[in-house]
Amino acid sequence: MSDLTQRERMQIPRQEMPAQDPGIRRGNFDEVALGFTEALARREAERCLQCARPECVEGCPVEVLIPQFIRALRDGDMIEAVRVMKVKNGLPAICGRVCPQEVQCEIKCVLAKKGEPVAIGRLERFVGDYELARRTCPLDCCEPSGKKVAIVGSGPAGLTCAVDLGREGHGVTIFESLHAPGGVLTYGIPEFRLPKSVVHGEIDYAVECLGIEIRTDHVIGRTLTLNELLEKFDAVFLGTGAGLPSFLRIPGINYNGVMSANEFLTRVNLMKGYRFPEYDTPVKVGKRVAVVGAGNVAMDAARCSLRLQTLRAQGTGENPGEVHIVYRRSRAEVPARAEEVHHAEEEGVIFDFLTNPVEIFGDEHGNVCGMRCIRMQLGEPDGSGRRRPIPIEGSEFDIEVDTVIFALGTSPNPLVFVDAEGLERTKWGTVVTDQETGRTTKPRVWAGGDVVTGAATVVSAMGAGKRAAADIHRFLMGEASW
Amino acid sequence: MYPILEKQVLSDVTKLIVVKAPQVARKAKAGQFVIVRIDEYGERIPLTVADYDREAGTITLIFQEVGKSTMHLGTLEAGDELATFVGPLGHATEIENYGTVVCVGGGVGIAPIFPIARALKEAGNYVISIIGARNKDLLFWEDRMRAVSDELIVCTDDGSHGRKALVTEPLKELLEERPGEIARVWAIGPGIMMKFVSLTTQPYKVPTIVSLNTIMIDGTGMCGGCRVLLEEGARFVCVDGPEFDAHKVDWDNLLARQQFYREEERLAVERWEHECRLEGVLREGGA
Ligand SMILES: Cc1cc2nc3c(=O)[nH]c(=O)nc-3n(C[C@H](O)[C@H](O)[C@H](O)COP(=O)(O)OP(=O)(O)OC[C@H]3O[C@@H](n4cnc5c(N)ncnc54)[C@H](O)[C@@H]3O)c2cc1C
Ligand SMILES: Cc1cc2nc3c(=O)[nH]c(=O)nc-3n(C[C@H](O)[C@H](O)[C@H](O)COP(=O)(O)OP(=O)(O)OC[C@H]3O[C@@H](n4cnc5c(N)ncnc54)[C@H](O)[C@@H]3O)c2cc1C
Ligand code: SF4
Ligand code: SF4
Ligand code: FES
Repeated sequence: MSDLTQRERMQIPRQEMPAQDPGIRRGNFDEVALGFTEALARREAERCLQCARPECVEGCPVEVLIPQFIRALRDGDMIEAVRVMKVKNGLPAICGRVCPQEVQCEIKCVLAKKGEPVAIGRLERFVGDYELARRTCPLDCCEPSGKKVAIVGSGPAGLTCAVDLGREGHGVTIFESLHAPGGVLTYGIPEFRLPKSVVHGEIDYAVECLGIEIRTDHVIGRTLTLNELLEKFDAVFLGTGAGLPSFLRIPGINYNGVMSANEFLTRVNLMKGYRFPEYDTPVKVGKRVAVVGAGNVAMDAARCSLRLQTLRAQGTGENPGEVHIVYRRSRAEVPARAEEVHHAEEEGVIFDFLTNPVEIFGDEHGNVCGMRCIRMQLGEPDGSGRRRPIPIEGSEFDIEVDTVIFALGTSPNPLVFVDAEGLERTKWGTVVTDQETGRTTKPRVWAGGDVVTGAATVVSAMGAGKRAAADIHRFLMGEASW
Repeated sequence: MYPILEKQVLSDVTKLIVVKAPQVARKAKAGQFVIVRIDEYGERIPLTVADYDREAGTITLIFQEVGKSTMHLGTLEAGDELATFVGPLGHATEIENYGTVVCVGGGVGIAPIFPIARALKEAGNYVISIIGARNKDLLFWEDRMRAVSDELIVCTDDGSHGRKALVTEPLKELLEERPGEIARVWAIGPGIMMKFVSLTTQPYKVPTIVSLNTIMIDGTGMCGGCRVLLEEGARFVCVDGPEFDAHKVDWDNLLARQQFYREEERLAVERWEHECRLEGVLREGGA
């Protein structure tokens, strides 16, 4: 089929990825999107026009060699497809699943202008999954350089930085405060969207190939400090993310049943609370859940809530309950990935737009029982370019809720900055760095990912990890001074 | 993995373990805590550093069996290993020479009050300690507490040992009998005890420090599950505490929040006891 004309290619419709039926999947934590079959992947790959100046690549923060990997895939040369992918992206099975492709690589694809872009993310996932199952292309590393680098945080930024430095032959040790590596990929994003076997498969593979050491249970700022790391390592990279939750400053946030999405998702994902009591950590949602916010975090919290409700009701004949997303702007401003919003709606999550909580009520036992909200309207665009929500005076109304989950913005956890004088931060608590190199204001310390940008995306954190790794390598080899 | 080197049974439900964790022992100070997870299935539970030995690289923990995780922990023996051991977390106690201080330890709270009393004594304070428990069997470390205190008052709820009183009674007498003399009070124990210690000292305006035991997960400020309401707003116990000014704490909110998972905790204990019985039957059957 490889000798199709451009016109013929453009007539192939974008291939849909098989998914679990919404009615069934809301009762389990298994993966929703099932992935392309080989036939579907090959057919989708035929759609790519192999542009000479591929704009799709410009949209990708790590510049995956998109037409090249798609071409190899189309030609049935999977080993080559994997090799090409790994030149730029060490975690394709992850990115293929969670990248907001519609605003990154796919939005730039020439086909997007005329109709539907090539499903780059789905193809990437196909290649990633193929490799995880077969391990055809182990990452190889150079001769040991004798240099030692400490990476703080094992999320996508830290992992990518570690992999790139490991490939150059540097001795890499990752310090992670939790008991499992992966950052948000492990504690935040749920199993049904990103199976933990995929996350740990990707991490184990890279770590084994490159001899990277991961020390879990190490809180930098407590167990060891940044200054202590600098005594033992030639360079330090901070990829500690933006893990600090925020709560609205409204009355009633400390009633039982009010929690941060971080707490809720950590119970569900990291601690496997959805399998309580097989796993010891409990997690509970009521019958009327309100999730405040509409980013990826909110969608994940809402969809986990829905599943917990459905599992609880199974076999009892009871109504499982309702899950609402409460968002102060309108549908057009929703920041979550399009696919997640679509999946959430299919599963039955109810969206209350232009609505903002102003107070939470509790009963005599201290449990949340209601929430007062106010209607909003959109005003002039604000600094972020989105239209600013303004409360409509006198429009307050009360809703009945027994669980409130705050999925608002997060900020960097300041623990790592203990004993780290000279490391400059912005008023939002993010680390000040040089854009190109990731250098901080403290010698021999680099930073990247959410700790620099605030909550962003997996692949942008990876891009930052890569840029920092390149600069750290130059520094260690004496090609660049501090 | 973090091996348990030693285990002591202090009472039916109170156990002591010494765990090898050099990276924690190197830094630990009085007032700090660690997060422990027994195995792959375990939850992360906070336990106070009761003692440490920097040279041996060990941390001593004392815990009371109140639910599934602590009961399970209580079945482990020297030679067993823990999956997770993170720390030291939270702020250390602020030790200075305040003059005359009172250290109140209730139940398992005697363990965490011990290193604080010791440090206060070493800093030159005149230390009066009050320790109490429901009954004689639950009391431990009387000798150790005596060794670091200038005066020691022991009480039990049922009078089976020492004075028959709640810890707040001798505390109130001290405040009455030595007006203006007591510079500071520390209290560690069940939430309800700390609440009443706080109410006891409040009229006398004696600064009172409590170590709060909220439910936690990460212990690093990431989940917000441990938040407590103070006069000035919500704070995270794991990073802003665990010690706080008792007079500013919203105690009823704290006590209510500790109850949130009561039904699940009950289920977990039932399941655990069932499993233990099964195992016992199997073992006997096999023998
Ligand atoms: C629920 C949720 C869903 C998301 N969904 C998507 C999505 O679909 N697509 C997408 O692109 N992005 C998504 N994101 C955003 C994305 O996950 C983050 O932007 C990305 O993970 C940031 O990577 P990072 O490496 O900078 O930090 P993180 O992934 O946050 O990792 C930081 C790591 O550092 C550790 N750490 C922190 N402090 C210390 C310390 N003092 N010492 C040692 N270790 C420390 C943390 O425990 C953590 O493991 C989502 C985020 C959340 C929370
Ligand atoms: C900073 C800190 C230090 C602590 N130090 C010690 C210590 O040195 N020794 C010790 O025995 N305990 C200590 N605790 C309490 C200990 O963490 C809990 O007893 C333990 O988590 C209970 O787990 P479980 O599964 O056995 O019981 P669960 O089944 O979880 O709970 C059983 C009962 O205990 C109550 N409970 C649950 N969690 C807590 C909690 N965090 N604090 C108080 N009550 C709780 C529940 O309301 C319930 O009534 C500390 C807590 C904190 C926050
Ligand atoms: S890494 Fe993400 S943005 Fe880049 S090509 Fe892959 S899916 Fe697109
Ligand atoms: S822009 Fe689209 S069609 Fe062109 S190379 Fe990239 S994916 Fe293929
Ligand atoms: S235990 Fe999670 S923030 Fe304190």
